[in-house]
Amino acid sequence: MDTIPQATAAALHLLASLDPALLSVVGRSLAVSMSACLLAFGFGVLAGAWLGVSRFAGRGAVLAVLNTLLALPSVVVGLLVYLLLSRSGPLGFLGWLYSFQAMVLAQTILVAPVVMALTRQAIEDADHAHGEQLTSLGAAPLMRSLLLAWDERYALLTVLIAAFGRAISEVGAVMIVGGNIDGFTRVMTTAIALETSKGDLPLAIALGIVLLMVVLTLNALLAALRSWRHGVDGAATQVAPVGVA
Amino acid sequence: MNLVEEPLVTAQNAQPARVAGRAMFMLDRVGVRFGSTWALQSVSLSIRAGERVALVGPNGSGKTTLLRLLNGLIEPSAGTVQRPATTRQTLLFQRPYMLRTTAQRNVAVGLWLRGARWRDACKQADEALSRVGLAALAQRNARTLSVGQQQRLALARAWVMASDVLLLDEPTASIDLNARREVETLLSEFAAGRLQTLVFSSHPLELVGRLASRVLCLQDGRIRADLPAQEFLQGAVTGASTRSFDGVPKWRL
Repeated sequence: MDTIPQATAAALHLLASLDPALLSVVGRSLAVSMSACLLAFGFGVLAGAWLGVSRFAGRGAVLAVLNTLLALPSVVVGLLVYLLLSRSGPLGFLGWLYSFQAMVLAQTILVAPVVMALTRQAIEDADHAHGEQLTSLGAAPLMRSLLLAWDERYALLTVLIAAFGRAISEVGAVMIVGGNIDGFTRVMTTAIALETSKGDLPLAIALGIVLLMVVLTLNALLAALRSWRHGVDGAATQVAPVGVA
Repeated sequence: MNLVEEPLVTAQNAQPARVAGRAMFMLDRVGVRFGSTWALQSVSLSIRAGERVALVGPNGSGKTTLLRLLNGLIEPSAGTVQRPATTRQTLLFQRPYMLRTTAQRNVAVGLWLRGARWRDACKQADEALSRVGLAALAQRNARTLSVGQQQRLALARAWVMASDVLLLDEPTASIDLNARREVETLLSEFAAGRLQTLVFSSHPLELVGRLASRVLCLQDGRIRADLPAQEFLQGAVTGASTRSFDGVPKWRL
């Protein structure tokens, strides 16, 4: 087994030489997580914004479930999607198990609650502060939620980035439903797990470095967005930094 | 809820100066409760088209709650409220909400929400902004405008919607003296123009003198006096003092 300095030097060489195997894994990872985030964002923002302005019996219970889903372990999502997509499962006819689509579906389910919960909080706060004025201007609740979502678009952009951070760094769900098939469903996190267990540390470390760079870039984007917003209109929204799960 | 009726102070000739036609708002023994606190109690009141009503009273006396009730933003916990079904009314808040976009779009959105086409709404918004002296700032981010300019923008929103009823919550409370004069002048022009009915809460009595035909004095969620503006300002009520102290009108009944 290589020593850590040797393995790191080999990893840097892989990165510098733009190793094709490395690039294909990184590209697939980004494609899966971006697709999942866009799907989750489309659904989560609408549902979260609506939850932020609506009042109905049982809303407290819905919010409690939603907040619980925030802490949903990725392996549980993997298991759930596996059951759905397995041959005898309700979505077995799609034939998606161990495919790109299965990984996107699993990550969408994983991050949708994050998008919904953070959007709900942002819109509810905005509605508390300004909803009455929009109502007074003639906006019905649904329109109010859409206007507030549009008005809080920069806050929602940070929600998108936070969701992407959760998706790109999870390993459990894609491992179960993707199967870590080389050249087909292998992504950064599953490759790191596999290469480490095989003792191929250079590739694992190189992927680890890329993953950290992606998360670092996301956090830099968040910080830039926040400071730009502050400059534009003095608004400030607190969003938790992106972390590797 | 305390149902003990206290005597309402009214003028000998209780008819306000600029009277008018049909009743716009009719409140019958209205109470509004937030949690265990009654923000309004036993308020019976009629406001007719064309009246310029000032709501005065200390902080927490129920002025804002009454305006929100008239605008239909809240419903009474007790009693009944009749609001005009067909008129267009606008409530101006102490700190108007500016959407994160240009001044022009902030004005246009009100029209758009009421069914106008977006392009037409923008055109009318430009006219309204000229009307309040903000034409040069039409493409500026509304959030970067001063509070006084935002208040004028909110007036443009009301103007562009051709509101019959304008409800204002402390329209000049959070702006400096110069901006206050500009807003007061605009409001006077509005009041003299096509606007039918004006109901506003105000601390500075200057605004009451310039705009109001009738004054409702609120205290602890009740209407303690309902007088023509002249009479209120002259302190015609026995023992009443309408001198302003720190901008807050004081009176004893």
